[in-house]
Amino acid sequence: MRYFVRKVGILVLTLFVISIVTFWLFHIVPGDPAAMMLGTSASQEQLEDLRKELGLDRPMTEQYTDWVGGALHGDFGTSIMYRKPVANLLKGKLSITLILGALALALVIVIGIPLGVFTAGRKHAVSEQILNFLNILGISVPGFFLSILLIWVFGLILHWFAPGRFVTMERDPAGFFRYMIFPAIAIAIPQTCILCKYIRTAVIEEVRADYVRTARSKGSTKNRIMYVHVLKNAIVSVVPLIGMIVSGIFSGSIVIEQVFGIPGIGRLLIASVTSRDYPTVQTLVMYIAIVILIVNFIVDILIQILDPRIRIAR
Amino acid sequence: MINAGNPKAAETSVLQTDAGRGAGRLFRRILAAGKGGEREVMKKETLTVSGWTTGDTELRIGFIIVGIVLALGIVSVFYTPHDVYEMNTSLRSQAPSLTHFFGTDNFGRDVFSRAMVGARFTLLVSASTILLATGISILLGLACGYIGGMVDEVVMRIMDAVNSFPSILIALVMVSVLNYGKLTIIPALVIMFIPSFTRIVRTGTLQYKNADFVLSNKVFGDSDLRILFVHILPNIYPLLLSSIVIGLSNAILAESSMSYLGLGIQPPIPSWGRMLKEAQDIIFSTPWAALAPGFMIVMTIVGLNCIGEGLRKKYLS
Repeated sequence: MRYFVRKVGILVLTLFVISIVTFWLFHIVPGDPAAMMLGTSASQEQLEDLRKELGLDRPMTEQYTDWVGGALHGDFGTSIMYRKPVANLLKGKLSITLILGALALALVIVIGIPLGVFTAGRKHAVSEQILNFLNILGISVPGFFLSILLIWVFGLILHWFAPGRFVTMERDPAGFFRYMIFPAIAIAIPQTCILCKYIRTAVIEEVRADYVRTARSKGSTKNRIMYVHVLKNAIVSVVPLIGMIVSGIFSGSIVIEQVFGIPGIGRLLIASVTSRDYPTVQTLVMYIAIVILIVNFIVDILIQILDPRIRIAR
Repeated sequence: MINAGNPKAAETSVLQTDAGRGAGRLFRRILAAGKGGEREVMKKETLTVSGWTTGDTELRIGFIIVGIVLALGIVSVFYTPHDVYEMNTSLRSQAPSLTHFFGTDNFGRDVFSRAMVGARFTLLVSASTILLATGISILLGLACGYIGGMVDEVVMRIMDAVNSFPSILIALVMVSVLNYGKLTIIPALVIMFIPSFTRIVRTGTLQYKNADFVLSNKVFGDSDLRILFVHILPNIYPLLLSSIVIGLSNAILAESSMSYLGLGIQPPIPSWGRMLKEAQDIIFSTPWAALAPGFMIVMTIVGLNCIGEGLRKKYLS
């Protein structure tokens, strides 16, 4: 319990530091948001008015507390590009990206773990070489190239989905998932390769442990040893990886949403980076930071619950 | 642990620093392995283990692939089969042939020549990124490991925080904050690699900080800087080497992603990422225009990953 409280403290502290750094970064940027909103033809008076309206004339600490206070109430400032509250822009986009990420994560786990276990049992020279090569290939193909290949093969040649014609979940759930499965695959493949490799190493390590010999001599079947004893331990040792995988999935989806034309967080982020829409970028960075930090937090707690050895060691 | 007068300490000192100075030899041996120069040694070993387990096969494959890409990039400085920027409407969307190895795009530009020039810029950006990141990380890592205490704690916490973020997000933030010019992409990417490199250097420094040969040199009156750069750092190179190679492949991946998003090297300079972006809309009619740069990216990264994996197997396990 004390551990839990300490972890929550660290989480809040990290969020605080990140919010200061992001805020500061986007405020030392040369260029005046008010001037950017009004264009070059604006008069000095108009500029002053807009600056006052946006609160840019006040000291930075005050602006910061305002921003954080607003964010806690769901007000993230005004987008320069769209001239709309950032909160409105986010509506609907967040859920699309989260569904895409969840789909990719599910694929990674459902394919990566069994594949890792399956390949751990086969240590022949030839299959090992093939695996090794496939693994290197899997982490070497950039997500956006993989996406383009998927669009070409499954979209344009086989017509399994219509590239560029994204449908929302409300309008057509089946069509939505048919469209989303391909970007999810593109995001999942590199992460699956990483997970598979770690599971494989972990399983091979665990099989050498004494308890396996004990179970064997007790008369347990090979499958029972594998799936009841070994896999449990192997999975515990890869739980810390989840944070890394989730962060990889976010990285992937930022780029891949762009390729598939999915109107999610990633696409909004790229659009606002290219058009220098700092309030929006700032908010999105905080959003993603919060998600990543919370996932890491949950993973830390999960390890504590799953592995009593760590609890004792503390 | 003060035993300066002890001949045994001096002996270990010589032995261990020798291992450190071996970094140069390590490079030469890697080169030799790449060229197949170690075949004789290999033969003895293959009786029991294959080249895949020792990492030799990976090294060889990797060096061949990376060598080809590097050669293409270097040759493109002096010669390309066709002009890179010239548009020729009569040669639009030609399929690959002997005059145009990778065909032409929808503007009639030769895809192979563009891929060659793309290799040059992609490799240049990635290499300078990794070089800068390595330099900064060595300074940070040595400082953290050697000084320890508060400095170490603060720097490493920052590194952890940076590391937990999606790498592309950091690059995006940096690009937008740094007001992207032609080369903004390099500092933006450098930040991605500093945390992991720093951690390796720091771990290595901690490992050697209290080694007998370092302590004895301290007693002999060597300055801290001399101890760090002459005695400790050379021992860390082998640890760092495979991470640098893997880092290079990640830098290429990141650079081409950023170029794909239109935030990397700016037009009209061809880069693999942007070639893919431009070819994406015409992939149905001219698939080769997209496949060629994609293939180049994949090949280069596979090659580098092979070298990294081979180095890891050969020297770290």
